[in-house]
This record gives sequence, C-alpha cells and structure tokens, in this order.
Amino acid sequence: MPTVHAVPDLAPALPEVILAVVAMALLMLGVFRGDGSTRTVSWLAVAAMAVAGFFVITGPSDGVVTFSGMFVVDRFAVFMKVLVLIGSALALVMSFGYLRDEGMERFEFPVLLVLATLGMLMMVSANDLMALYLGLELQSLALYVVAAFKRESLRSTEAGLKYFVLGALSSGMLLYGCSLIYGITGATDFAALSAALSGGGEVPIGLVIGLVFLVSGLAFKVSAVPFHMWTPDVYEGAPTPVTAFFAVAPKIAAVALFLRVMMSPFGGLVSQWQQIIVVVSIASMVLGAFAAIRQDNIKRLMAYSSIGHVGYALVGLAAGTAEGMRGTILYMTIYLVMNVGTFAVILNMKRAGAMVEGIHDLAGLARSRPLMALAMGIFMFSLAGIPPLAGFFAKLYVFLAAVNAELYALAVIGVLASVVGAFYYLRIIRIMYFDAPSEVFDAPVASEMRVILAAAAVFTLFFFAYPAPFLAGAEAAALALVR
Amino acid sequence: MIDFPLLSLVTFLPTVGAAFILLIRGEEAVVARNARWVAMWTTTMTFCASLAIWFWFNPSTAEFQFVEKKAWIGGGIDYHMGVDGISLLFVLLTTLLTPLCVLASWEAISTRVKEYMIAFLIMETMMIGVFCALDVVVFYLFFEGGLIPMFLIIGGWGGERRIYATFKFFLYTLLGSVLMLLAVLAMYLKAGTTDIPTLMNTGFDVSWQRWLWLAFFAAFAVKIPMWPVHTWLPDAHVEAPTAGSVILAGVLLKIGGYGFLRFSIPMLPEATEFFTPLVYALSVVAIVYTSLVALMQEDMKKLIAYSSVAHMGFVTIGIFTFTTQGIEGGIMVMLSHGLVSAALFLIVGVVYDRMHTREIARYGGLVHRMPVYAAVFMVVALANVGLPGTSGFVGEFLVLVGIFRVDTWVAFLATTGIVLSVAYTLWLYRRVIYGKLEKAELKEISDLDWREIAVFAPLIVLVLFFGVYPQPLLDVMHVSVANLIESHDMAMNGGGGVARLGR
Repeated sequence: MPTVHAVPDLAPALPEVILAVVAMALLMLGVFRGDGSTRTVSWLAVAAMAVAGFFVITGPSDGVVTFSGMFVVDRFAVFMKVLVLIGSALALVMSFGYLRDEGMERFEFPVLLVLATLGMLMMVSANDLMALYLGLELQSLALYVVAAFKRESLRSTEAGLKYFVLGALSSGMLLYGCSLIYGITGATDFAALSAALSGGGEVPIGLVIGLVFLVSGLAFKVSAVPFHMWTPDVYEGAPTPVTAFFAVAPKIAAVALFLRVMMSPFGGLVSQWQQIIVVVSIASMVLGAFAAIRQDNIKRLMAYSSIGHVGYALVGLAAGTAEGMRGTILYMTIYLVMNVGTFAVILNMKRAGAMVEGIHDLAGLARSRPLMALAMGIFMFSLAGIPPLAGFFAKLYVFLAAVNAELYALAVIGVLASVVGAFYYLRIIRIMYFDAPSEVFDAPVASEMRVILAAAAVFTLFFFAYPAPFLAGAEAAALALVR
Repeated sequence: MIDFPLLSLVTFLPTVGAAFILLIRGEEAVVARNARWVAMWTTTMTFCASLAIWFWFNPSTAEFQFVEKKAWIGGGIDYHMGVDGISLLFVLLTTLLTPLCVLASWEAISTRVKEYMIAFLIMETMMIGVFCALDVVVFYLFFEGGLIPMFLIIGGWGGERRIYATFKFFLYTLLGSVLMLLAVLAMYLKAGTTDIPTLMNTGFDVSWQRWLWLAFFAAFAVKIPMWPVHTWLPDAHVEAPTAGSVILAGVLLKIGGYGFLRFSIPMLPEATEFFTPLVYALSVVAIVYTSLVALMQEDMKKLIAYSSVAHMGFVTIGIFTFTTQGIEGGIMVMLSHGLVSAALFLIVGVVYDRMHTREIARYGGLVHRMPVYAAVFMVVALANVGLPGTSGFVGEFLVLVGIFRVDTWVAFLATTGIVLSVAYTLWLYRRVIYGKLEKAELKEISDLDWREIAVFAPLIVLVLFFGVYPQPLLDVMHVSVANLIESHDMAMNGGGGVARLGR
C-alpha cells in the first residue's frame, strides 16, 4: 500500500493543479471583466494548457502514484495527456473566429473547455474506479454545457440535452458496473483489483456482469457501436468548434481510459472481455463505413467517420497485447491530427458570413481554394487509410496486432470495411476536385487557421518519412500499460 | 557496385519536378506552358537516369543490384531498394512511356494543366518505386499510393462517365490490395522482417501459403486484371484521358504480373503450384471470352481494353508454366504490350483529339486523308496481333512454347486467342482506315503533326527492333528468370527439378 500523507504529494498532479487553479482564476477574471475579456481569457486558457503540457512532459513518467494510489503518472499517461492537451488547445484556438462571427464570445466557453480538459487529464491518470468516475464526470458535465452553448439555437440545445440524458444513462451504467466489481472484489484500486483478479481460477459471474456494464459505459464515451446513437445528432447540433473539440480531445481521453481500465485492473481477464471488444469493434467499423455513405451534412458524416475510426482503434485493444496498445495509441495520435485538420477546413466553410455544412458546398473547392482543397484531400485520403499518408500507418499497426493475436476475422472484416469507408471519403474529394464550382467561401482564412491547417497537412503527408519517433513513443507508452 | 543512390534518384526525381510545378505562379497560360516544359524535362531526365541503370547493370548475376538500404520504421521494416533483371525492364518501360505521355497530353489537356502534370509526375514516382522496392511495406506504399494520382487523373480529366469509372477503379484495386496487406502482415509476423530477399528464402508453412497466396492473388489478379475481376478496366480505360489510358495499360497492368513474379512464385512455391490450374483456367477464359467481347465493341478504347485483358491472359499463363520460355515470354508479352497498347491508345487519342468521338462507326476511310497515321496504325495493329517481326510475336511465341510443354490443352485454347486477336484488331483497322471517305466531318481531318510523330516514332522503332532482335531484353532478364525457376524447383522437389530447367 502506498504511504498515506496528511496532504498527498501534489507534484505528479502538477498539470492538473495548474489547470484547476487557472480555470477558477479565469472564471473570476471573466466575471469581473465581462464578456469583453473573452479573447484574453481564451488566450490565457491556451497558455495554461501549454504550461500544463510543459509540466506533463518534464514531470515524472515512471509510474509515480499519489493520492493514496488513486492517481498514476506513467509514460502512457504522459503520452495521452500531451495528445489531449494538443487537441484541446487547438480546438480552442480554432473556435476564436467562429465565436466572434456568431456573436457567441462568452468567457464561459474557454473556462468550460479548461475544466473539461482537466477532467480528461484525470481520466488518463485514473488508477482507481472512483478517480475514473470523477474525471469522467467532470469532463462530461463541461461537455454537456458546451454542446448546448449556442443557446438560441434549437439544434444546439437539443444536442446538449440529448447528450446529457444519454450521457447520464451511460454514467449510471458505468457506476453500476463499478459497484458490482467493488461488491465482488472489495476493491476499487486498480492495483488491488489487478492483484485480486490475477490469482486465476473461476471468474465470478457477477464480476463479468460488472465488467460488461463498465465496458458499456466506456463504449458510450468513445461512441462505439451499439452505444453510438448520440454521436451524429450531437456532432451535427453542437456549434462547429465544439464538434471539432468533441471529435478529438474527449475521444482520446476516453480511449486512453478504456485502454487503462481494460489492461491495468482487468489485464488478467483478457479472455473474458476480448470477445466483447471484438464485436464492438467490428460493429463500429461496419456501421461507420456504411452509415456515412448517405450523409450530406459534413458534420454528421464526420460523426460516422469517428464511429468507424473508434472501431479501428479498438482493434488494437481487442488484441489485448502491448503491440495492440501501441497500435491504438499511434492510431489516436494520427487520428488527432487528421481530425484537427479536417475541422479546420469545415470551420472555414462560410458563405456571406454564415456557416454552411452540406458536403456539396465544397464543390469545386480545388479551383476556388486550391491549397485548402489540397489539404482537405490529404486528410480525406489519410482518413481512408491510403498510403503513403499517415492514416495508413495508423491502420497498419492495429491490424498488425490483430493478425498477431490471431483475430483474423476481425482483421479481414476491418480491412473490408475500410474499402467501404474509402467510398465516402472519395466522395468528398470528388466533390472538391471533379464537380463544377459553387460559390466561393468567404476570405480571408484567419492566420491561426492557416497555421493549423498547414501543420496538420504536412504532418499527415510526411509522416511516412520519419515515423520512428512516434512509434517509439507509442511503444514506450504501451509498455507502461502492459506491465 | 557504385555508391550513388541511383534508384532513389530515378524514383524521386519526378516528385522533385512535381514540387517545382507546384511552385509555379502567374497567369494561367504561362503556368500551363511552364508546367508542360518542367514535366517534359523532368521525365526526360528520369529516362536518361534510368538508362544509366541499364548501362551499369550487370546481367550475369541474379543478385539485386544498385541496392540501397536505410533504416526507416525499424523492427525489420527498412527502406530497401534494388533491381534485378526482371524489375529493371519495367522501370525502363515506365520511364520511357511517361515522357511520351507528357508529350501526348501537350495539347489534349488544356484545363488545369498544372495539377495534371503534378499528378502525372507523382504517378511516375509511384510506378518506379513499385518496381524498385525490395521491402514489402515500401512496395505496398508505392503500390497503393499510385491509386491517388490515377484517381485524380481519371476523375479530373476523363470522359463523361469518369466519376463512375474512377471510383470503380479505385475501390476494386483497394479491395484487392487491403487483403494483400493482411498477408504482408502475416508474413512479417512469421519472418520478423519485410525484406523481400529474406522473405524469398523464408519458406512458409504449406497450410499458410494457400491463404497468403490467395490474398496476394486478390491484389494482383485485380491489378493485371484477370477474368472475372477485369470489369474495372474497360470503364477506366474508356473514361481516362489518353495519357491516363497509356499509363494504365502500359505500366499499371504490369504491376500485377510483376507481383506474381516477385511475391507469389518465389515466396509461396507450394501454393503457387497448387493454384496453377486455377490460374490457367481463368487465363484461358480471359483469352477466349474477352477476345470475343472485343469483337463486339463499338468503342475503340473499349476494344483495346478487352484486348489488354486477353493479352494479360497470355502473361499469366506464361508466368505459371515455370519454364524459362514461359516466364521470359510472359515478361516479353508485358513489355511488348506496354509499348503496343500505349501506341494503340495514343492512336485513338489522335483521332479523338480531332473528332471528339471514339465510336468506330463514326470513322472510315481515314487512309485517304491520313496516310502516315494509317501506316503507324498498321504497324501497331500487326504488333498487337503478334505478327512475326514485331515484339508481340516474340512474347506470345515463347509463352506458347512454354505452355505447350506443360499442358497442350491450355496451349490449344490459348492459341485460339491469337486467331481471335487477329480478327478483332484487323477488323478494327479495316473499319477505321479503309473504305471510302464518305463522312462529311472527316473530309478536313489532318494527318499527324510533328509532335505526334515524335510520340509514335520511338514506340514504332522499339516494337520493330525488339521484334527482330529481342536479345537485349532477354539478356537482361535471363539470369534472374533462371534463378527464379531454379529456386521454385528447389522448393518443390528439393533440387530434383533441375531437369525441368533444361526442358
């Protein structure tokens, strides 16, 4: 048992502490200075995330435990936290223009995003079912609010409400699962659970039921089939920068949490949960591929795309090996970049000051905005998994793990689904490159958008040239998880 | 031999040219002109560099030459390039055809010239890379990466049904190659490396080989293409711009045949032997059936497309005989078809540029207005038939010699394909060139100009030269082919098969 301090050692949790303090300080700043301070608050929030990121990188990374074993910082946590912080910070930066144009510049927005990010960091570092739940709820509550942030819009409020009701249901299932597990094993601490479950022998049926509930709750948070129903509606209804945020940071955090829960306390029960993950993964890949074909709203399309991609990420988890974890971690890294880039384009789909969301609004983009079309083309080919773009390497490593774990059916169905999925990504390229131009989008593109777009495109395009460091990082993170 | 990374230079030089074109700014007409010239210079320089490979190539060894190996991803996956007697010829074919394509697109492509040339140059990099790669992952990257520029070329500059055609092309090929990817992963896990020379000597379990073979077959059969997965080809060919068809028929189809030679046969010998009857059956069906289909075509490009499928049937039969003549014949058919089908598509392109139709019935009596064109067409048509004295003859003859020793029935059925090819090619020629020049819109049609003659001249010269004297090509491939057969026989019956080599 770890030593119990009167005041727990705060050093490993320094990034979280910073974000918590900054969130409160920014809230005060906003309250006293009014909505005119939104820009300042936003930039300070981005700065706080950058500082937190700095302390994540320079802080401990060798499995330090604090808060009586509830909070762990290992290489896996560090890697995923960096991804989450990058995703959050970029989503926040990308929201500036939108919030200004839509008259939504309210200081609560950056503060909520910081709080959500704080929740995500806690999820990533959770080493106890209680800590897991706290992080998850802090994140979710902030997300429910930002989904409905466009208060006067019916769609937005509906999205927020839907997300809240279904999210609460899933949290309930998750909590029920936790309580069953606690009831059977008498522990919530991951280390204790792991020790209690690694003894071998018969696995109590109640524990398996608890595990199923836990997986259901987590599957909801990563929007895997059959718990995906909220995703298209929320993605479509939420303000676009919020959708961009949803597509990246929370998804990465939830996948990270999923990996840790399955591998750390329940790593000894792989044979019990592998089947579930395989089924969920196949269902997500197939549904994501087929359901997106008929979508004409780009945000809805990206929602189904994200469902499909979660399916691919779960292929790595289904393998249940360090190799699989490496695949999933790498997948989420590349997924982050591709999605940030894609949403940077979507956020620039604006005509006469109003956002447009139909994929046919992209018609002829290759002629009116050749560079933006080129970037979008790169992201689409990459999301489809066509080499030599980054998305191919993401898929390569999860399928490598699946083949190695002898999950052949999963691998075959997965690659076939990727062919179906390629169809709708190609459809967007076709609209941009082969269709007659429709009206031009508003110029100019904000400079922060240009930078993000260019960086994401360059990363996606040239990932193949020097993939070794990312692989090494993902591998180190994976090994921390599979002890 | 020499330390200079010549293969990487040849492979990536076109990409450098593409990057230059990307940087061109200014008025549209100026951009178009500069893009054309940059593309022309780049592809010509690439061709010259590839000739240097041929010059320094040592044909007396089956070893891979000009080898480059650099650490890349790690874990047994490296950047590994090299050529042997088989791949070198395909590299040369690619670098020869691309400048001709650029020249053929000079006036035919008038919109978005810059993007077109960029796509073409990147396409060239991908094709050369496929043939030079000595690592399966590198191979796969180039293999599938080539889909992107081709998708854009067909979809962006193609005919009326280009969207349908390009989607079909892309998804068909992708479907085949993702299955191959799984096989590659399985091989990697078994051997711990994706290095092609190592994998050739790994020796996989027989039970595994069949699955791996089928997965590779899925990719290459679509690519080459074999009946019944050939249906993307007529669509893609018809809708692609002329130069796109040339590259499709001239080079992309050969990747399938090359894949069989590089992967299926050396790495999975038992499975290859096991599935040979299947390949024969599909090839014979392809030869007879698609030749008959070709007879009925109203569209010139479609006719040539079906003729390509039939010719590729010869290739697969030849390759799967595992005799020296058969495999060398298969490679010769591929090289010859690379020149001939390219020339045929360019011939269609010439009249298409003038009349904007490919319908055979809209032409007739062209010999009266276009004598040079008629002469060029005749040489190419006869080469497509496989008349002695043209490169087409050498390959088909060798294939038939090879298969005759293995299976007379297959040889018999394949020979009927030659008769049919005479029928559809000459009938096409008769309908387009001969007869009275009656149609009013053809009265003013002009003969080949200098640019077009410059495109055809090298193809005609090579078709005739290699028809009379194929030795330079056979010399390059001979040792590599012999080595391939020897290792196949060694794997099949532990060296007892050397007798077969002598047959």
